[in-house]
Amino acid sequence: MAANTPKQKTMESNHKVGTFLSTGLFVIVCGFIAFPLVAGFLGSFRPGSEVVTKGLSLDFKSPLSLNNYKYLFAMFNPNNKDQTALVDSRKYFMWYKNSLVLTITTVILTLLVCYFIAYGLTMYKFKLGGFLFFMVIATMSVPFEILMLPLYQEITVLGIINSNAGVILPGLCAAGTIFFFRQYMTTLPKELLDAARVDGCTEYGISVKIMMPITKPAFASQAIMCAMGSWNNMLWPMMVFRDTSKFTLQIGLNTLLTPYGNNYDLLIAGSMFGILPILVIYLIFNRYLVDGMTSGAVKG
Amino acid sequence: MNKAKKLLYSQKVAPYVFVLPFVLSLLIFWLYPLISGIVMSFQEVSFGGKTFVGMTNYQKLAGDKFFSTAVKNSVEYMILTLILMIPIPMVLAVLMESRLTKARGVWKVIMYVPALTSVVISGLMFRLMFSEGDNGQMNVLLHMFGQPSFAWLKTKSTAWCALLLLCLWRWTGVNMLYFISGLKAIDTSLYESASIDGANSKQQFWYITLPLLKPTTIYVLTISVFAGLSMFLESFMLWNGNSSPKNIGLTIVGYLYKRGIEKNDMGYACAVGVVLMIIALIINFIQLFATGTMSFKKKED
Repeated sequence: MAANTPKQKTMESNHKVGTFLSTGLFVIVCGFIAFPLVAGFLGSFRPGSEVVTKGLSLDFKSPLSLNNYKYLFAMFNPNNKDQTALVDSRKYFMWYKNSLVLTITTVILTLLVCYFIAYGLTMYKFKLGGFLFFMVIATMSVPFEILMLPLYQEITVLGIINSNAGVILPGLCAAGTIFFFRQYMTTLPKELLDAARVDGCTEYGISVKIMMPITKPAFASQAIMCAMGSWNNMLWPMMVFRDTSKFTLQIGLNTLLTPYGNNYDLLIAGSMFGILPILVIYLIFNRYLVDGMTSGAVKG
Repeated sequence: MNKAKKLLYSQKVAPYVFVLPFVLSLLIFWLYPLISGIVMSFQEVSFGGKTFVGMTNYQKLAGDKFFSTAVKNSVEYMILTLILMIPIPMVLAVLMESRLTKARGVWKVIMYVPALTSVVISGLMFRLMFSEGDNGQMNVLLHMFGQPSFAWLKTKSTAWCALLLLCLWRWTGVNMLYFISGLKAIDTSLYESASIDGANSKQQFWYITLPLLKPTTIYVLTISVFAGLSMFLESFMLWNGNSSPKNIGLTIVGYLYKRGIEKNDMGYACAVGVVLMIIALIINFIQLFATGTMSFKKKED
């Protein structure tokens, strides 16, 4: 009955118009967002040299072929007879493997180290605790690019240039990750610790056996953030790695973009295939990722 | 259990063991490079060794045309990204969280995807779409209006459109998520009582949403300031390396990289880094005072 009054009718139709406009806006925004990726994906089925020299556009008319991907995956094809394809394909998957190894090592080490640091900072009251947490925040407010050059000299002197250690060690104690773990742990009851102590568990035992299982969700979200950062990292690895054989995928792809390069097929197909691991992880775990991203924003 | 082991396992020593890696990392990979960077900025660093040259590097910097271009570009880029990257994601977040939008989950998932792509890959896509070739997306659009092809990346205004669009493309979804999490922290009863009092949705946005989103806005502002000031790889990718026509894409970090790595002039490059740090600190302080995060006065009252 109430819905029949003229005022509510206009409200209802206003609401419908609003829904239409608002949802329509997101359709358009997502269209723009998908655009470069769709164009790039379609482009990866066209001759690379044509795409690089003539440009990339959303074009459904030109013929598509699997040649670029055949070239890219040549090393897995037993019937392949193209020697340059074989060499290029091996090079690409060497970079791919380097990136995978570097990313997995970085994620495991960073998470463990940051977890224990955050545990120490959160679960105990000790003299330096407050100061050290302040320093965690302080390191976040100096852009890495400022430290980059002296750090580059330092790792040269330390002899870890051109190695995974040189890439990983300076970023191991990631302030953002420590901060996130701390935020997560402050919400957990400290009585658990005392109960475990009464049961005869050591301080280190508690941190591993009691707290670590409870912080699993925090591990999940930070693992994704860290993996994304590491897989896509470019500037610092570009400075650290010297040998082509040690390059990560991002650096490798960048080297293919030379003006006299004849590797454009590899570049365009390889770029698309390079998004895949992160995209898959994202689609599986995107719920955790959202939690991880937004943790710092609420409290500022 | 011997004494040393007992001490190591005590509640007093354990926290220090836990934070030891951080202390080491802080000293070795943060404090040391920070200080050595500042020291090197007063030195001439060459293969032979380091010689103290006082303020020479800074005096040279003051008269360096490339450096002033780089600073101008970086600050300009930072300001433009702030203008774009705060209001747009904020409005999108409010719309996303309003009951008006259907199929929210789908849009959220799609909008975050650009952030997963590396600078190399996304930079390549944008570079090719803004290509001067006839098949570049922007030129295809021009052809539709009967215009000839245009070299988009060789003129500052159009090249910067590409640069800013790339930034907008990659980070809108991320910033939107930050604002959404901020919105979720706002008590919904505030809106209910406001609508009972007759406040329309515009008034609700201005008097409830905007003020209560302030912590999130400050957070997004801070990360955008840093990201904008230290932008380098985006321009590195758009212009295929560190040399854009007439230096339209030269940034502070780009110049630092050029002098330090490409020309191996560490002392001078470190001076560039120190100036960048000072600019970042100044902006940080202005922002802290302007937004009232720095609340010394309130505490004294």
